[in-house]
Amino acid sequence: MGGTQMAIGITSYGAYLPWHRLGPGTNGWTARTERAVASFDEDSITMAVAAAVNCLDGFHRQDIQALYFASTTPPYKEKSNATTVSVAADLPFETLSMDFSDSLRAGTAALQAAIDAVKGGSAKQVLLVAADMRVPQPRSEFEPVFGDGAAALLIGNSKVAVQLEDSYAVSHEMLDVWRADGDAFVRTWEDRFVIEEGYLKILPQVISKLLDRNKLSSKDITKAVLYAPDSRRHREMVRKLGFDLETQVQEPLFSTVGNTGAAFAPMMLAAALEKAKAGDRILLANYGNGADAFLFRVTEEIEAIRNSRGVGSYVESKRILPDYETYAVWRGLIDKAPPTRRPPIRTPSPSAMHREESKNLRFHGIKCKRCGYPQYPPQRVCTRCHAKDEFEDYRFSDKKAKVFTYALDRLGPTLDPPLVVSVIDFDGGGRMFSIMTDRDVDKVEIGMPLEMTFRKFHSSEGIHNYYWKCMPVRA
Amino acid sequence: MAKGIKDKAAVIGMGCVKFGENWEQSAADMIIDAVYEAYEDAGIEPKEIQAAWVGTVQAGVRGTQLAVPLKLEYIPISRLENACATGTDAFRNACYAVAAGICDTALAVGVEKTKDTGYSGLETTYSRHISQGTWLDPEVFVGMPAQFALAATRYFYRYKLSYEEGKRTLAKISVKSHHNGTMSPKAHLRREITLEQVINAPIIAWPLGLFDCCGVSDGAAAAIVTRPDLAKKFRDDYVLVKGLGITCGASQAELQDDYDFTHFEESVTAGKLAYQEAGIKEPRKELDLASVHDCFSITELLNYEDLGFSPRGKAKEDIDAGAFTLEGELPVNTDGGLKCFGHPVGASGIRMLYEIYKQLQGKADARQVKNAKIGLTHNLGGLPGRFTCAVTILGR
Amino acid sequence: MAESIKDKVAIIGMGCTKFGELWDKSPEDLIIEAYKETMEDAGIEKKDIQAAWLGSHLDDISIGRGVIIFSMALKLPFIPVTRTENFCATGTEALRGACYAVASGAYDIALALGVEKLKDVGYAGLPESGNLNMEGTLGRFTTPARTAPGAYAMMATGYFAKYGLSPEDGKRTLAKISSKSHHNGTLNPKAHLRREVSVEDVMKAPIIAWPLGLYDCCGVSDGAAAAIVTRADMAKNFRPDPVYVKALQIAASSGEELLYTDYDYAHVETTYRAGIAAYREAGIKNPREELSMMETHDCFSINELTQYEDLGISPRGRAKEDVDAGFFNIDGKIPNEVDGGLKCFGHPIGASGLRMVYEIYKQLQGKAGPRQLKDPKIGLTHNMGGTPPSCVVAVGIVGL
Repeated sequence: MGGTQMAIGITSYGAYLPWHRLGPGTNGWTARTERAVASFDEDSITMAVAAAVNCLDGFHRQDIQALYFASTTPPYKEKSNATTVSVAADLPFETLSMDFSDSLRAGTAALQAAIDAVKGGSAKQVLLVAADMRVPQPRSEFEPVFGDGAAALLIGNSKVAVQLEDSYAVSHEMLDVWRADGDAFVRTWEDRFVIEEGYLKILPQVISKLLDRNKLSSKDITKAVLYAPDSRRHREMVRKLGFDLETQVQEPLFSTVGNTGAAFAPMMLAAALEKAKAGDRILLANYGNGADAFLFRVTEEIEAIRNSRGVGSYVESKRILPDYETYAVWRGLIDKAPPTRRPPIRTPSPSAMHREESKNLRFHGIKCKRCGYPQYPPQRVCTRCHAKDEFEDYRFSDKKAKVFTYALDRLGPTLDPPLVVSVIDFDGGGRMFSIMTDRDVDKVEIGMPLEMTFRKFHSSEGIHNYYWKCMPVRA
Repeated sequence: MAKGIKDKAAVIGMGCVKFGENWEQSAADMIIDAVYEAYEDAGIEPKEIQAAWVGTVQAGVRGTQLAVPLKLEYIPISRLENACATGTDAFRNACYAVAAGICDTALAVGVEKTKDTGYSGLETTYSRHISQGTWLDPEVFVGMPAQFALAATRYFYRYKLSYEEGKRTLAKISVKSHHNGTMSPKAHLRREITLEQVINAPIIAWPLGLFDCCGVSDGAAAAIVTRPDLAKKFRDDYVLVKGLGITCGASQAELQDDYDFTHFEESVTAGKLAYQEAGIKEPRKELDLASVHDCFSITELLNYEDLGFSPRGKAKEDIDAGAFTLEGELPVNTDGGLKCFGHPVGASGIRMLYEIYKQLQGKADARQVKNAKIGLTHNLGGLPGRFTCAVTILGR
Repeated sequence: MAESIKDKVAIIGMGCTKFGELWDKSPEDLIIEAYKETMEDAGIEKKDIQAAWLGSHLDDISIGRGVIIFSMALKLPFIPVTRTENFCATGTEALRGACYAVASGAYDIALALGVEKLKDVGYAGLPESGNLNMEGTLGRFTTPARTAPGAYAMMATGYFAKYGLSPEDGKRTLAKISSKSHHNGTLNPKAHLRREVSVEDVMKAPIIAWPLGLYDCCGVSDGAAAAIVTRADMAKNFRPDPVYVKALQIAASSGEELLYTDYDYAHVETTYRAGIAAYREAGIKNPREELSMMETHDCFSINELTQYEDLGISPRGRAKEDVDAGFFNIDGKIPNEVDGGLKCFGHPIGASGLRMVYEIYKQLQGKAGPRQLKDPKIGLTHNMGGTPPSCVVAVGIVGL
């Protein structure tokens, strides 16, 4: 822990919350909490991409050597999800992507691995992204508590804003809350067993050990970021550890966001960092078949990476779903007849998808070198000056756009009618047809400012078809 | 009275991509490569094209699939489809347009991205159209190899060829074509194979084995045509269209019990139409080379007889004598044929024209047939009794 | 003529584990712990035990069927071991087996042990074992999925209606009973729950099965308790202060409660009958005057209320007056649930009966610590298993 060691830690942070909420005001929602719910066109991969891009704002994507993706709800079981995230975030081909899964501790396990990778020298910058979209059984004890979201942390050894001082972890074999392959919903054992023998026993042990061996006590911690299954247990844990709930603890956002699974701990850390000051000592502790704890010290670099579009602003940017049925249809809990009868959608050819990865996932178009006109999709012959094969790659995913014209299609297939189809003009040039998502239909208008978002168009034949849609700029 | 197409259209430029498993190329990519080669060959600018035809079975619909990649702005473009005759049919339409004086310069493109279907043989489902109702079309269920194997079995039987003799005869055809392919830079497969390899290869649809069948590949080819009186402006060695015949079967094979399954009537009739237009009476003597549809070795064998190269039932003798090899009397599939190029359905017809065109201009390198003055292409698509056959004859 | 058990058998040693959510203790651990304390208390060695009775209720988990796990855990040397089961009366049943064997002269010294690992079931309340024990489809269709709180709540509603108690008054009466027991639990290191619970806490608690709320119901827990018995004439060889068995009675429902319309759902007939038989056996004529203390089956507060009347302590319909007067509090005339009762111990089914005897035993020997009553002479235990109209009740009376 000496000053002679190279500082390693967090060099940037980001998060993403879906726009939609179940909450009081949703017809058929009986809980008092609000929770973030992913749209029908989102999943752990798309949310991870959003968090990654949020985290990398201002950073050169070519300088990332590895991407770790953590989730207990990866869309693919035997195909890397991390590679999809990496490509959609437009990271270089050499980026080593790795998938972490199977436990709510996946996000912090990946954090430790990222730190070790930088420390060991195999990477200078590792982007870690955690996302989850767990579906609670309807009307279960988990339904008011689970939330969807993603968070990202950039780990490096240069301009470190949040330096790691120490970390400690234990693994613990236990069936407390779990899902087997093929299970739609989490299973759990008796609540008392789950909490007394699991959460309330293991997490404090790990935190105590970490604090003790650094000769610290709870009063030395500026901010404790603690995993908890719900708000009541969070308060119990805070009490048990001797932290002051009002001043020393990161608010876990159970009443506005919910427990976002593997993303929870990194996201709460990101939220804490939005307000952290140089010199703060932060304790991060996560739980899931064991526990891990991290001791961080915030440096002056924190100011340079203050995230104006962080957890806080995503919490505020929301729309309460009008009814529970919409959510249930989105999650496949109800097999509702579609509004119009359409032929089944087929998946495009994987060899074609492979070939067009740059266009579809990286969202690259071209810019003609002769006349400078940006075009999407990429054209070998320029649409303006007809120059052939004289172009350079041009990333559209991070460009802003405006609505040029639009239509509200009541015939088109969608789980969220009407299908808003728009022609959008990009800042800096270029135009495309784009489906609009996360929109308030009443507010769509010509000239409306838009940003691009990575979404899932549909799934069929075991293939998730990802692409970019436009959406009104989130606050 | 109609006078035919002879000498009413001239080919002034052609292009052809390397055929193969072109994973990295989309249909649009291949269209651009083939067409720009043709522009260069013709020495014209893209904006000189006044009309275009694109032939493809699966790569796309509408004429815009040609307009968008090439940026052909607001000119008439038609998409057409006629099974394996698609490419030739695109060419045919371009020729008729310039011959009719509708436009001066027309473009014909054939393209296919067969590898994107993800299957190792031709997908048969493209023939299942809504208008066919619920008729359980055998074309839907039975693969292509099996359909042609029916003819092989019958041919062996009729002409009393033992299984070994028949297989050996067929094998010689494939060996010959593969040899030609080694000299053909744009072919997909460019290896020699031996008779033993062909005979012992795994059976796909008895009696046809692996090397009796052409492969699945991607490809594109293009041709630019104009009227002969304008052709001189572009080049001296333009190639004239001498004959164009297309015929379609009417399911006679399935409905009539006197169809013998040892010839394809559509080839015979299309050939006759083309020969008539071109004024050819003895094809075996008058043709210098031919590119015929060798989707399967048995098809090429039957083509020899149907197109009048060999007397009925006597193709074996000509094959054994090496009549159709590169050094033979009438070299067939000098570029390796479908056997070495594979069969991107929409592109094959124009690829064949490309070979004849280059041969007639003396630009066929190691494959060059001496003194090539007149050549034939032949495409055949569908199944026995329901073929579309197209035959063209080009000459200097 | 059949005689009674009175003064034929003495208890010379007892043990009891701490009851609670003992996640890290197996049934074997609980058995060994209760056994060790019992043996130390009795001052005997294993080889002195000539026969043993094991009481455990659940078949599929906990200790399972048969006695092998028990005899192997204790390494009993090939002696006769019997497993008995009688719903919640199991613990008393095990004691009864050991006592009769010793009284018959078949053995000099016998062990009775009750144990249950209820928490392994994994549910917050008792699993519905009722319907599984009935023949054919009766359990599945006629009385399906009826939970214990639900069954006893019916008696609460019946009692309130019969004796004209408003729901508020009724609940308040029940609340006083629970609150009283919780207070006693704070004085008992072996209890599971050891917090004071006020009457208001009980009134406001979430409803489990109306009118019973969370604090009207005992919890689910693990535990074990054991006793060593010998013939009364041998008892003083072991200790100067043995406790004598005065009565051991069991009554099982005939079924008339559910078949006749006479049953009022405001009392438990089996408790009444077993009580009468036990008093006769022990020679008690006026229980209200003669009993020093009781440990009755307070699985639900309403059950305890009706026990006051069924055991002949309070007049019919007037138990409320005694409750309001604090008659059954630890400083009352006949303290009930002095150790905290099922309310604070929870109900590891096989163990409860023996746990009740343990408290009275310690009280009679003056070893009850902060809970010690002044000069207790004779105490009553009451176990009940089933539902108010169809159950089995065991009543035991032990004294000096």
